[in-house]
Amino acid sequence: MKKSSHWGDNLRLVAICLVVWFVVSFGCGILFVDSLNRFSIGGFELGFWFAQQGSIVVFLLVIVAYVVGMAVIDRRHGVAESDEAPPDDASSHSDTDE
Amino acid sequence: MSLTVLTYLVVGASFALYIGIAFASKARSTGDFYVAGKHVHPVANGMATAADWMSAASFISMAGLIAFLGYDGSVYLMGWTGGYVLLALLLAPYLRRFGKFTVPEFIGERYYSDVARVVAVICLIVISFTYVAGQMRGVGIVFSRFLNIDIGYGLLVGMGVVFLYAVLGGMKGITYTQVAQYCVLIFAYTVPAVFISLQVTGVMVPQVAFGSEVAGGGYLLAKLDAIVTDLGFAAYTSGTKSRIDVFFITLALMVGTAGLPHVIVRFFTVPKVRDARASAGWALLFIAILYTTAPAVGALARLNLTTTIQTGPVGEETGNLPYEERPEWFKTWEETGLLTVEDKNGDGRIQYYNDANADFAAQAENFGWEGNELTVDRDIIVLANPEIAGLPDWVVALVAAGGIAAALSTAAGLLLVISAAVSHDLCKGVFWRSISERRELMAGRISAGVAILMAGYLGFNPPGFVAQVVALAFGLAAASLFPAILLGIFSVRINKPGAVAGMLAGLLFTVGYIIYFKGVVVEPFAADVAENWLFGISPEGIGGIGMLINFAVAFSVSALTREPPEEVKAMVRRIRVPR
Repeated sequence: MKKSSHWGDNLRLVAICLVVWFVVSFGCGILFVDSLNRFSIGGFELGFWFAQQGSIVVFLLVIVAYVVGMAVIDRRHGVAESDEAPPDDASSHSDTDE
Repeated sequence: MSLTVLTYLVVGASFALYIGIAFASKARSTGDFYVAGKHVHPVANGMATAADWMSAASFISMAGLIAFLGYDGSVYLMGWTGGYVLLALLLAPYLRRFGKFTVPEFIGERYYSDVARVVAVICLIVISFTYVAGQMRGVGIVFSRFLNIDIGYGLLVGMGVVFLYAVLGGMKGITYTQVAQYCVLIFAYTVPAVFISLQVTGVMVPQVAFGSEVAGGGYLLAKLDAIVTDLGFAAYTSGTKSRIDVFFITLALMVGTAGLPHVIVRFFTVPKVRDARASAGWALLFIAILYTTAPAVGALARLNLTTTIQTGPVGEETGNLPYEERPEWFKTWEETGLLTVEDKNGDGRIQYYNDANADFAAQAENFGWEGNELTVDRDIIVLANPEIAGLPDWVVALVAAGGIAAALSTAAGLLLVISAAVSHDLCKGVFWRSISERRELMAGRISAGVAILMAGYLGFNPPGFVAQVVALAFGLAAASLFPAILLGIFSVRINKPGAVAGMLAGLLFTVGYIIYFKGVVVEPFAADVAENWLFGISPEGIGGIGMLINFAVAFSVSALTREPPEEVKAMVRRIRVPR
C-alpha cells in the first residue's frame, strides 16, 4: 500500500518536472520563440535567450527540484536509503576491492 | 620557448597525469572493471560524466557550428543538455537500483530474453563505434595541427594512452582520469572565452557578455544581426530551419543523449539511488559551464571574424580588408589550409558574404563583388580563439591539451561499454555462462584492447560516411534503447514480444529513413532536401518519430500477448523504490 503511493508521488513529481522541461525548451525556445522575441532582457531577444541559455539553466533547476523532492518523498514513505551501508545490490558478482 | 615545445610539455604533462591515475586505480574485480566498484562519489561521477559526454565535437566543433548556424545551433545546446533531465528523472535512479553492470543486462532481464539482450548489444556496439571513430580522428587532428606530427603517429600515441588506463583500470581507471580530463578541458575552454569576452564587450563572464553592449555601442547580438543580414546571411538570432525540424532534431538529440549507453552506465558507478539522482544534476552543471559558454564564444567569434573582414560600410570599396593587411592569426591558419582566401574580383581586398542568396546577388554585383572570397573551416573557431585574442602561448598549448582530453575521455568511455557488452553480455550472459570471474575480467581487457585497435583503424581510415552516421548514433539510441529502458521501468505490462517488436520497428524505420536520404554504404535513394522529407523532418530529427513508433508497436504487441511473468513484475516494482 505504502509503496504504491510512493510510486504515485514519484510519478506526479516527474510529470510536473517534465512539464517545466518541455515548456522552457520546446515551448519558449522553439514553438513560441517568435512571440517571445518581441521582448528582450539586456541584449537578448527573450526567445533566443531561452533557446541558447535559459533552457539549460532551467534544466539544471528542474533536476535540483527533482532531487530534493524525491528525498522528501522517500522519507515520507519510509524508504529513504540509510547513510551508512550502501543498499544491498542483487548482484552475484564479487565486489571485493577496498 | 617555442610554441611547439611548450605544447609538447603541456600535453605530455597531462598524459603523465592520466597514466599516473591509471596505475593508482587498477581494477581488481569485474565490479571494478565495469562499474568502478560502485564507490564513485556523486560529484566525481558528475565530472566524469561531463568529460565522458563532452567529446572532441563538443570541445572543438560546437562553438564554430553555432557561430555559423546562429539560432539553428540551439538544437545542439538544448538537445545535448535536455537529455540529462530525462536521464535524471526517467532512467538513472531506477537503473542504479537494478544494481547490475550494463544496459543490455537490464534489457535482457526485464524482458526475460537473450534475444532482447543481443539486440541491445548490437545497437550499443553500432552506436559506440560510430562515435569512437570521430573521437580518434579528433585526437589525430589535434596532434597533427599543434605538434606537427603525422596524424598516424598522433593516433598511435592516443591509442597507447587510452590502452594503458582503460585496459588496466577499466571503469575505475577511466573514472578518475575523466575527472582530471574534465578539469583540463573546462579550464582550456573558459580561459580564452573570458579574455575574448573582455576584449569585445568589457564583461568578463561570457554568458553575460553574450547579451552586453560592444565597444563602439549597440548590443552584441543586435550588431551581429545587422552586419550579417547586410551581407546577405540569415539574421543570427532567427535561423533558417523550419520550426518542425528544429523541434524534432532537438527531441531526437535529447532522447538520443538519454539513451547513449556510455552515459547511462556512468550512473551505475555511484553507491546509492539518491547519488544517481544527484549525480545527474552535477553532470549537467559541469556540462552547462561549457554549453552556455559555447554560444557566447560562437557569437563573439562570428562578430570578430566578420568585422575583421568588413572593416567599414558594406558596399564601399574601402569597407573591405585589403589582403595585405590581414592579421597574423589569419596567416597561421591560411598555412593549415583551413582558412582560404581567393581574390575573385582581383581588387586586392577580401569580400565575405552569402553568395548563395539570390536576393542579395544583384546588390553584390552592384558592389563589384564576384563571389564570396573567404572560406573558413568551422573547427578553427575554438582552436584559433587564443590567437585571435592575442593570448600567450601557454593558453594555446592548453587548448591543444583540452581538445585531446575531450577526445580521449569520450573514447575511453565508449571503448569500455563496448568491452563490457562483449565480455559481460555476450560471453558471461549468453554464450559462456560458466566463465569464472577472473576469465571474464581477462575477456573484458582483451575486448577493450581489440576495440581500441579497431577504433584506431577507423580513426586512421575514416569511412566516408562518418559525418552521416552521427545522426544514426542518436537516432538509434532514441528509437531503440531509450524506449526499451523507459517502458521497462514505467510499465509492468510491456512484455518480451512487445519490447523486441518495438525495438526492431523503431530501429528499422530510423535506420531506413537515414539511409534513404544519407546513403550509408549504399547511394542515397532521394535528395536530402526538405521537399522530400516526411512531415518536413530531416534525417537528423527522425529518431523522435522512431521512438514514437517504438512506443506504439511495443504497447500494441504487448496488449495482444501474454503478461510478463510474476518475478519480472516483482523486479520492476522493486527498482521503483530506493530500498
